[in-house]
Amino acid sequence: MNAMVKAEGVHKSFGPAHILKGIDLEVSPREVFCLIGPSGSGKSTFLRCINHLEKINAGRLYVDGTLVGYRQSGDKLYELKEREVAAQRRGIGMVFQRFNLFPHMTALENVMEAPVQVKRESKAVARERAQRLLDRVGLGDKTGHYPSQLSGGQQQRVAIARALAMEPKLMLFDEPTSALDPELVGEVLDVMRDLAQDGMTMIVVTHEMGFAREVGDSLVFMDDGVVVESGHPREVLTNPQHERTKSFLSKVL
Amino acid sequence: MTDTVDKAQAASVPPEQIKAIPVRHYGRWVAGAVVVALVALIGVAFSNAKINYSIIPDYVFDSGIVNGAWTTLYISVLAMVLGVVLGIVLAVMRLSSNPVTSTVSWFYIWFFRGTPVLVQLLLWYNISLVFPILNLGFYKNEMTQVMTPVLTALLGLGLNEAAYMSEIVRAGIQSVDEGQTEASHALGMTQGQTLRRVILPQAMRVIVPPTGNEFINMLKTSSLAYAVQLPELIKKATDISSTSLAVVEMYFVACIWYLLLTTVFSIVQYYVERRYARGTTRNLPATPLQKIRTNLTKMNMLSLSSWRR
Repeated sequence: MNAMVKAEGVHKSFGPAHILKGIDLEVSPREVFCLIGPSGSGKSTFLRCINHLEKINAGRLYVDGTLVGYRQSGDKLYELKEREVAAQRRGIGMVFQRFNLFPHMTALENVMEAPVQVKRESKAVARERAQRLLDRVGLGDKTGHYPSQLSGGQQQRVAIARALAMEPKLMLFDEPTSALDPELVGEVLDVMRDLAQDGMTMIVVTHEMGFAREVGDSLVFMDDGVVVESGHPREVLTNPQHERTKSFLSKVL
Repeated sequence: MTDTVDKAQAASVPPEQIKAIPVRHYGRWVAGAVVVALVALIGVAFSNAKINYSIIPDYVFDSGIVNGAWTTLYISVLAMVLGVVLGIVLAVMRLSSNPVTSTVSWFYIWFFRGTPVLVQLLLWYNISLVFPILNLGFYKNEMTQVMTPVLTALLGLGLNEAAYMSEIVRAGIQSVDEGQTEASHALGMTQGQTLRRVILPQAMRVIVPPTGNEFINMLKTSSLAYAVQLPELIKKATDISSTSLAVVEMYFVACIWYLLLTTVFSIVQYYVERRYARGTTRNLPATPLQKIRTNLTKMNMLSLSSWRR
């Protein structure tokens, strides 16, 4: 089976700061792939490279068999035009730590925006889907609310619905529960669990070890820009092989 | 368990309200008296001045003055429209990663903010010194024929305003969180869509208040176009004063119109700001009209209920 995401020796630097130092990994379709590690280890940066919010400096990154951000012709790489990059991103949903909902639009308008603007869908069709998605994340009665009128957990669920509205084949979650009150974490994880059961391919940067253990199909521990250890979440979390993994887990578990 | 029951019982008994003697603010009384005395002093001085106040009402609706006010209004609106449109273009140029456009924008702002509007107006007035003949291919004419007072004032005021507006627009665009751009890009929206649908509507909240300020400034700055023969309010007031010999009185008449125009636009600004506050506050404050309406219905209810009794 073709990998949904394939990274080959991915490097990324911001000026002198070398963030990713050669990442190799593969994510299969329908897999829930968890990325854990200390802050500054490069896990969020890697996630942002997958939909080309960041340009990689070396290596190759493929989503569903297509090179991200570039076109290869012979042995030459051509940067994709803005429009082509945007087209690639349509198939990849992203959920941010700080939600990043559009504050001047209601929950319903947030979810309708991309299908109407990007896919040129009719408003009626987009509205119907948006309503269905908001129902699915348990916010069918909050469609007319602005983000400022919603709790953090509700905002994040709207953000998930917004990403799903583009019917992506891959979902990226960048610490989706890190900015939430402990009480509100559960409702967001429930939505993600539901999504995983539906067979969505998901890459999740998280500190929720419970979620990783229960829902994750594979887990990667990153530190200082490299993959230190990977395997099935239950194995890595209960029986870490590497010293660095052990010391990290002893602090967070 | 018993503890919580006790608390519940305690809550049902209302606590004793504090009755304390409020702090006396003697300083406020003194300051108030001083301010009232000063205002009265100025009032007395003006009323005793050698100003013929009685003729002011006769000139407020003088056809020349009304025409002048109309000219002031439309030249301000047109110059502002030119300023806003060109300002947005300059702001986008300034923020672009193209070094040529951003440098040109920087230079434009540097020049037009750094020189007096009056000089700029006079420069446009004398532009025929630089370009004696305007030749657009399909249109050719003497520059002195082309540059009417209206066009001179429009260019002079509008191009100057663009420099200020571009800085306001730039500040507005930069005030929007970067996460908004990222979220928009992640959804597959292009740079143009992101600017139009996500960034500018949010930037408007920051852009509108200083723009209203700029417009009110423009209403008054347009009086400088008097120097390029534009028949606006001050020019008209001066013309009339040369025959009526009531100089200061005519400027007072002009001021009444300026105050009227600025008041009307302050009200418009309030409603525009309210429009762009959507989503930033949980509940929009009631408009003055809405407040009046709710108060009226309350009063109605009260009078009705007392009436029934």
